[in-house]
Amino acid sequence: MRLKGTDIFIKYLKEEGVEVIFGYPGGSALPIYDALYDSDIRHVLVRHEQGAAHAADAYARATGKVGVCLATSGPGATNLVTGIANAYMDSVPMVAFTGQVAVPLIGKDAFQEIDITGITLPITKHNYLVKDTRDLARVIKEAFYIARTNRPGPVLVDLPRDVMTAEIEFSEEDVRMSLRGYRVLKNANAGQVLMAAKAIEEAKRPLIYAGGGVVSSGAAAELKELAEKMEIPVTTTLMGMGSFPATSHLYLGMLGMHGTRYANYAVSECDLLIAIGARFDDRVTGNLASFAPRARVIHIDIDAAEIGKNVQSHIPIVGDVKQVLREIIRRLKARPGRTEWHELIDSWKEDFPLTYSESPDDGQIMPQYVIEKIYEITEGNAIITTEVGQHQMWTAQYYKFVQPRTFITSGGLGTMGFGLPAAIGAQIGCPDKKVINIAGDGSIQMNIQEMCTAVEQKLPIVICILNNQYLGMVRQWQQLFYEGRYSYTDISLQPDFVRLAEAYGAVGMRVTKKSEVEPALRRALQETERPVMIDFRVAREANVFPMVPPGESLQNMLGGDSSQ
Amino acid sequence: MKHTLSVTVDNHPGVLARVATLFRRRGYNIESLCVGRTEEPSISRMTIVVDGDENVLEQVTKQLHKLVEVCKIMDITSEESVDRELALFKVKAEPQVRAEIMQIVDIFRAHIVDIGRKTLIIEVTGDEGKINAMEDSLRPFGIIEMVRTGKVAMVRGPKT
Ligand SMILES: Cc1cc2nc3c(=O)[nH]c(=O)nc-3n(C[C@H](O)[C@H](O)[C@H](O)COP(=O)(O)OP(=O)(O)OC[C@H]3O[C@@H](n4cnc5c(N)ncnc54)[C@H](O)[C@@H]3O)c2cc1C
Ligand SMILES: Cc1ncc(C[n+]2csc(CCOP(=O)(O)OP(=O)(O)O)c2C)c(N)n1
Ligand SMILES: [Mg+2]
Repeated sequence: MRLKGTDIFIKYLKEEGVEVIFGYPGGSALPIYDALYDSDIRHVLVRHEQGAAHAADAYARATGKVGVCLATSGPGATNLVTGIANAYMDSVPMVAFTGQVAVPLIGKDAFQEIDITGITLPITKHNYLVKDTRDLARVIKEAFYIARTNRPGPVLVDLPRDVMTAEIEFSEEDVRMSLRGYRVLKNANAGQVLMAAKAIEEAKRPLIYAGGGVVSSGAAAELKELAEKMEIPVTTTLMGMGSFPATSHLYLGMLGMHGTRYANYAVSECDLLIAIGARFDDRVTGNLASFAPRARVIHIDIDAAEIGKNVQSHIPIVGDVKQVLREIIRRLKARPGRTEWHELIDSWKEDFPLTYSESPDDGQIMPQYVIEKIYEITEGNAIITTEVGQHQMWTAQYYKFVQPRTFITSGGLGTMGFGLPAAIGAQIGCPDKKVINIAGDGSIQMNIQEMCTAVEQKLPIVICILNNQYLGMVRQWQQLFYEGRYSYTDISLQPDFVRLAEAYGAVGMRVTKKSEVEPALRRALQETERPVMIDFRVAREANVFPMVPPGESLQNMLGGDSSQ
Repeated sequence: MKHTLSVTVDNHPGVLARVATLFRRRGYNIESLCVGRTEEPSISRMTIVVDGDENVLEQVTKQLHKLVEVCKIMDITSEESVDRELALFKVKAEPQVRAEIMQIVDIFRAHIVDIGRKTLIIEVTGDEGKINAMEDSLRPFGIIEMVRTGKVAMVRGPKT
């Protein structure tokens, strides 16, 4: 069979089950775009390549499938970089395709030639420059396989123009993956599993610390079973939210820098810390030397390099969360009484609940209130994306996530501008879900052009800007640690978001009073074919509390106690 | 402490860049690195000497394993192994000191591979200690230039 590179490209994307590509065309990608023109793979035209990468990333997080984005060579490829780094830091399965100049021109500083495989070396799980059409099918297969197996991550495939236009004699039988050095992890060590089960039975004050690995492993049910069967309290990382129902009495909320007091106290007092698909990030541990000082640590992770990277574990288990938890649960017998531990935790919950003070200005909107209302109205059934900043932390604190893959946020890279394109990707992946982007007035301006994409695709996403007219998170640090010197964080000069939304063909609303919050949200959620942008004017100088100051230990939190 | 890793990798263009990027990005120190083909043409062997404590070494090894093109890693530091390095020295050699230099060359079982009017090039192979000793012995004469290949190593006996 004679096939062109572009034919093979389309054929193998379909083979991988790709339904949608987020992309933006250009010179080197012209042959690919020509092939897409009459293919039945859906192409979503973004308005900036960064948007394509974030949309593909969020599509993957929302659906569990591999997200795909596409850009042309040179500036198109470099515009993907932040989005690829974002997916890398949060371990999201994604394949990014870039156009490239023809093979004979590579290395000649040709027009729009950029060494994108070189640039993305440290931010991809793996990458490829395809120099021969005969390698194309194999590379595509490998790229998807690598992206989704073991610890997921982004893979980039650079496609020179002539490789895509060349015609070759092609036979499917010749397409074989050749990944000698890449093995997919099978079963975890049974001895370690047994030790873990024993430690769990014996512990007096066990605590589960669940992370993004539970979500990517699809192990929420197993986590719930383990926690309930053994009555173990659960705290989650920012990335682990939704892996355990926030409505459960066993749930302690998020731990770490902006975690709840009771979650952080539990970490400090527990005698067994069961880390499940979590990587002991510095936002979580605070000062490492005083992290979980009384605990033996079980660490379950599919990536052996995570074990012992930041915290030494007593019972390391390298394996897939779902499989490991099943094995552990199978071996658990006794259900020890742990009333004392639960009573202690309950007393912390009572003494240090997550609260905020109302604004002294009557009727002024507190940002946390908006999030509480969003939760109430959606009953926790929406997919929530966020930008990065205070609004993101308030979302983690005040929205009760009950299902995995419903909270889509940039954790590791902390990329402002993620939330809007992420909402687009999530909505396209889950057309029947309500998708809400909780945004800051600063972040939303970083990928605002994607409003156009959302309008064009008729996506009824709701963008809730918690507008404090500040780069609020940075302002908070300046207030707390730089004597209130607000150096370049006042962004009160800003567009009229209502008219901006309307200019894009979306619905714009402004809400300035507390009493208007709920009606506005209800109205926005009724929209079925257009995005809605709501400009919530919130208290300008509200802070995210509690807070572990950088480098401090988890016990030393600011705010969130009775003195606040 | 210094560790010697013997790493087999797919013989693809760019593998070296991946390994180098990994070391640079994670802040590990490469003492030396040698790459070459093996008996199996599609596989290359890298002999990497890393400086660091046990924790560093564990992370290096685990991170290296994650590179898709890395097939196998052996820490052969404590294995019975043969390790060799090759060095070339260009030394000042006025006629009156040549005899003395040649004596040193003999003692180290090195070779003179080039004779110039005022210089000699000396080739020596051996383990790191021998080459260091050679360097020390030649220094008084004036070393104009030195190149060292870095270490290659092989485990003794049937183990590979
Ligand atoms: C402004 C800001 C503030 C933040 N504050 C906080 C905070 O207070 N608290 C907090 O928790 N985070 C906070 N974060 C997020 C933080 O930076 C990290 O992104 C987050 O803590 C990492 O979550 P994780 O440990 O669950 O790891 P992830 O990044 O989700 O990594 C998942 C881990 O699971 C493993 N894994 C993946 N798949 C599997 C599988 N199938 N089986 C087994 N293991 C698997 C991976 O190898 C990896 O180690 C903040 C971020 C920002 C931007
Ligand atoms: C691309 C990028 N640039 C800078 C930062 C640093 N940063 C973190 S939070 C923040 C402020 C965000 O402001 P806004 O979106 O208004 O959210 P708020 O904190 O006010 O809720 C900044 C500048 C970042 N995370 N990402
Ligand atoms: Mg703001």
